[in-house]
Formats: sequence, structure tokens, C-alpha cells
Amino acid sequence: MLSIKNLHASIEGTPILRGINLEVKAGEVHAIMGPNGSGKSTLASVLAGREEYEVTEGQVLFQGKELLELSPEDRAREGVFLAFQYPIEIPGVSTTNFLRTALNQVREYRGLEPLDAVKFLSLMKEKMALVEIDQKLLSRSLNEGFSGGEKKRNEIFQMAMLEPVLSILDETDSGLDIDALRIVSNGVNKLKSEKTATIVVTHYQRLLDYIVPDFVHVLYKGRIVKSGTKELALELEEKGYDWIKEEVDSTATV
Amino acid sequence: MSKDNQILEDLNSKEYEHGWSVNFETDEAPLGLNEDIIRWISTKKEEPTWLLEWRLKAFKIWQAMTEPEWANVHYPKMDLQALRYYSAPKQSKKPKNINEVDPELIAIYERLGISLNEQKRLQGIAIDVVLDSVSVATTFKETLGKLGIIFCSFSEAVKEHPELIQKYLGSVVPMTDNYYAALNAAVFSDGSFCYIPKGVRCPMELSTYFRINAANTGQFERTLIVADDSSYVSYLEGCTAPQRDENQLHAAVVEIYAGAHAEVKYSTVQNWFPGDKDGKGGIFNFVTKRGICAGDHSKISWTQVETGSAVTWKYPSCILKGDYSIGEFYSVAVTNNYQQADTGTKMIHIGKNTKSRIVSKGISAGKSQNSYRGQVQVMKRAHNARNFSQCDSLLMGDQCGAHTFPYIDIANSSAKVEHEATTSKIGEDQIFYCNQRGIATEDAVALIVNGYAKEVLNQLPMEFAVEAQKLLALTLEGSVG
Repeated sequence: MLSIKNLHASIEGTPILRGINLEVKAGEVHAIMGPNGSGKSTLASVLAGREEYEVTEGQVLFQGKELLELSPEDRAREGVFLAFQYPIEIPGVSTTNFLRTALNQVREYRGLEPLDAVKFLSLMKEKMALVEIDQKLLSRSLNEGFSGGEKKRNEIFQMAMLEPVLSILDETDSGLDIDALRIVSNGVNKLKSEKTATIVVTHYQRLLDYIVPDFVHVLYKGRIVKSGTKELALELEEKGYDWIKEEVDSTATV
Repeated sequence: MSKDNQILEDLNSKEYEHGWSVNFETDEAPLGLNEDIIRWISTKKEEPTWLLEWRLKAFKIWQAMTEPEWANVHYPKMDLQALRYYSAPKQSKKPKNINEVDPELIAIYERLGISLNEQKRLQGIAIDVVLDSVSVATTFKETLGKLGIIFCSFSEAVKEHPELIQKYLGSVVPMTDNYYAALNAAVFSDGSFCYIPKGVRCPMELSTYFRINAANTGQFERTLIVADDSSYVSYLEGCTAPQRDENQLHAAVVEIYAGAHAEVKYSTVQNWFPGDKDGKGGIFNFVTKRGICAGDHSKISWTQVETGSAVTWKYPSCILKGDYSIGEFYSVAVTNNYQQADTGTKMIHIGKNTKSRIVSKGISAGKSQNSYRGQVQVMKRAHNARNFSQCDSLLMGDQCGAHTFPYIDIANSSAKVEHEATTSKIGEDQIFYCNQRGIATEDAVALIVNGYAKEVLNQLPMEFAVEAQKLLALTLEGSVG
């Protein structure tokens, strides 16, 4: 589904990603871990098409299409969803209104009729149950005055509504208490299928107790330096990142 | 950031949608302005002597006045002698009802999306349409007549209801008020008149639609709304003009009178031709709008969505004379390209326990300049006056300007006056967030701007709100910031 080859990206001339290689197949959950500043969020942003980042080298194929050549909105319409680490506030625009605009543009791109108000509402009701979100929240201005937990839950609700093929969760666990973490993770798990894939970007192993990954990758200095299964995450939890840093840095100097 | 500029340059501004004109025979005054022209207009309109004298008096006053220059707008002085002060579509005889109106005229309004056909009832909105200088048709007259509501063209009111016109004409905006009000008093050609009798709640929205069609024509309409005690009316005003290279002048006067316990809601969606993207042409919109809450517990509410005109100079105001009277002003003013707007309100608290509320949302894009100018005045006798003002500015791109000029003048220490102001930019973050959910950039801007202006748009009657939302999006197309 997703094939990242030798991806290099920089911001204002500073290289952040220095040759990422990653294969994600349908039905899989990949966790991207790593110390602060290793490039985890950059990878998520580059895949979603954020323009501050300049891709200097490499290729990304998404369902056979050159992802990097698509505009951010077309990537979304093709089925790439990014759950933001810091969801953005849009005053005066309700989540409902926002999602209806989004969903109908996505549908139009896919050659589907727009959903009328009644169908949209029933779809909303169905998905609201998944993330235990309150309808009142959805009629408030998008993310404005939301608590950290409400913002993240709202991200997952949007994901449920848009039914992406590839979901990228960027530090979705940050700022969540244990109950919110459980609700958000349950939502993500219910949305998993054999046809979709998930990339979970996280700093801590904690989230991976709930969203169990098939593969864990450690990102350091803009490269994937170690890959493994969920046991690798447990090892990292126990030992921290220093041993990996040392391993990588010593090889680099040889 | 560089991204802003790139997008700004990449996208061409959407052309003005209503920029067409129709050729049909017109009845025109010669170019220029003098006493003879005023007599010519008055004769053409078969006016009574008192009105001609009123006009001539206004003309004398105007001659002694100079054009105001205090507004934060810059434009080449207009040669008022090069304008035509009267232009009317030629009709063989006066239409008695809608079926007798020239089909070509009806076609114009249908192109604008206004149906004059009573059969196709536009959700029960009664419309008076003014093309260039004259009112061409008023719909739903009979239905309203049964309730004693008078809704007709100004000229007709002069003939049919002279006592009401003589009583209220110039009572809220005196001819001496300002340069453009005096000019309007001298040369006004037509407009709408509306009278709601005591205790009557007008069952439908009343609406006037203005369009300037002929070249070199000034449009000087006058609207007079009288809401007698305990009555209610909601009034809508819309306008467009064809696209022309030269600037055209629009100097209207709107007067509202509200008796005790009466309420008047006046909504405007202003879409005069703003000039092209290089700032060529466009309407100079110099308008005086004022209402008086004459009776106790009366209320006047102004809502305006200003998207058009090259230069706008407009301050819909409320004189809160009656005790417990309420004045409201809700405004969205959008400027793009080289547009300039200096708009706001005046709330004059005279009566006791009077309240006013001002919500102004400015949106500037391109190389435009957008100013809010508002005055809150609390007179000596106005015990317990309250005012709340909120003035927000939204900037798009880095070449536009937003300015706020609040004036607060308090002569009674029991007054409570609050003023809040914010300035923000549409963030790249917001746009990217929308993009990431599949929303195209243009639609993202429309969504964000409509959200920003929501508090004001919510004040508009439903159908108007939809039109206003589309207009906001259209005005800002190609100006992502």
C-alpha cells in the first residue's frame, strides 16, 4: 500500500529526514518510535503534504500513485489521513459543518454523490458511538476551547467519518489521561480492517499496549535505525533510547 | 511567508459576476448639476412644489459645503458636473402592476436572481426594485395593503401619501447633515418608502434591490422606513452594478423611524462593482444611514455585509432617544484588491437605560484598506446607558491594512461601555488542516471566513445569509493568506 524509498526532507535548508525506507501493507499497524527530534513528526507531515518541508530526494508510492506529486487535499481524498498532534482551532466552524464539507469533497473526488443532511447525520450518529463523542461537542467551533482529550477524540472521530485507507496518528497519545487513551485507542482499533493500514507515531510505549503494532521502527537522526516487532517497543520502554543512539553513533564513526 | 505571496500571485481574482449591462432606451437628464437639472428632475417626476423647494434648499446648502476628507480613504476627486443625475428606463406608460413592466427589465432582475413574478413567490419577500434612478416594480403590494402596510416607490409615496413624507422626510438625516446627504436631498430620484401602522407585525421580509445600469450615472436613492408604535418590520437591501472603467457615484440616504415598542431590522448585502483587480473603476459608495429609536422600548438593528464598491464610506447609526431603546450594529466588511472601506456606526444614547451593541468584523485581502470607525456617545441624561463593542479584523496576505478608530464620548458617569478588539490572520495551519481533510484551499478560506463572520451572518434572514456566504467566498477567491 505504502512504499517509502530513500526519503530525504529538510526544513529551511536543515535536513531532517535522511533516507527513510518503509513498506506498509494493507492490514498492518506500524509504530514509529524514537527520541525527541529524530524526525517522527516530520515524516508524518511530509506524507500528508505539509509545504514547509522540502523533499530533496526519494519516492513515496501510495497504492501505486506518486504520493509526493499530489496536493495535500488530493492525498486526503486518495485516503491518507493525519491525526494531528496539535489539532487546529477554526472559530465559528462546527465540526459537523467542517466534516460535511470535507466528506462531500472527498466523495466528489471519488465520483460519489454528496451526502444529504439526513444521510450525513445518520453516518455521524453511527461513528460518534465509536469514539464515545458527544453531539454537543460536534456543534461547537472546531477544537476551540476543547480539552486535550476532546481534541484527540475529535481527530479520531474525523478519521472514522472519512474512512481513510492509511491513517497516520501523530503523537495521538500526548496529553491524554488513561481513560481518554483507552477511548481513543478503542476507536482506532475498531476502525482497523484488512484493507486499511495505520502508522502510529509515538514517543512512549504506553499507547502500544492499546494499539498493538505488527512492526516497530526506531527513528534516529532521520533514519530508521532498528525495526522489530512489539517486543522492541517493550525493550525501549525498559532501556530507553540511549543504547540505540550509542549503537548508531559508534557505527557511524567507524 | 513566501507561500502566501505565491498563492496570491498564482490565482487570479474571480471576476465580478454581475458586471454586465443591458442596452435599452433610457430617459436621461443632461450631464451636470445645477438648479435647472433639479427642476428638470422634479418636473420629470411630476413632483409637488414643496418637494421642489425642499430640493432647491438642499442644493443651496450643499453648494456651501465641501467634500469631507476625514475618512481613511484615498481616491481621485469626482467631477460631479460630469455625472448624470437622472436615468430611467423608458416605458411607454407607467406600469400599474408587475405584468405591465417591460419584459426586458424583468429579464435583468432575473439574471440577478431576483424573481419579480409574484407567482414564483420568492419565499414571501416583497421587493421594490430600483434600476438606475427609478423604482420599476413593487411586488406583493396588495397583500401588504390589507394590513395597512405601505410599501412602494418613493415617488409614488410622494403622490399618494404626501402627509407621511412631509412629516418624516429629512427628520432623521437632515439635509444639512453632511455633503453627500445634502447632495442626495437635492437630486434624489427614487427609492423605497415603507410604513408599518401601529401594532402591525409585517408578515414578510420587505426588500429593495438596487442596480446601476447606465454609464456616467449617479444613483441617489432615498429610503424611508416608518415603524409606528408596537410594529415590526424586517427590511432587506441588495445591490449590484455593471463593470465599468470609470468610477460611478452612489450616494444614498436611509432614514428609519421607530415609535414606542417598535422594532426595525435593516439588513444590507452590498455588492456594488468593486473595480477590477488593478483597482480600475468601481462604485464610490458614500451613504448616510441613520435610524431613530424615537419611542420608549424601541429597537433598531442594522446588519450589513459589505463586499463591493471601490470606496465605501458608510456608518449606519442609531439615535437612542426613547428610554430603554436598543440599537444594534452587526457588520462584515470585506475588501480585496484595491478596495477601500471606512465603515462603522454611531450609537447616540439620549434616553435612560438605553443599550447598544456593535459587532464589526473586517476582512482585508489583496492591497486593500479596511477601517472600522465607530462612535459611542452617552449624553448627560442617559442614565444607565450600556454599550458593548467588538471589533475584529482578519488579514489575508501581507499587503493589506486593517484600522480601527473607536470614539467614545461619555457625559454620564453611570454609563457602562465595553470595547473589545482583535486582529488575526488566516493561518497556514488552518488551511493545511482543511486540506488534510480533503478540502480545497479556496473552500477552506470560505469556510474559515464564514466561521469568522458567523456572529454577523446569523443576524441575517436565512435566504440572505446564504447569499452573503457565497458572496464572501466569491469576493475573497484568489486571496489566500
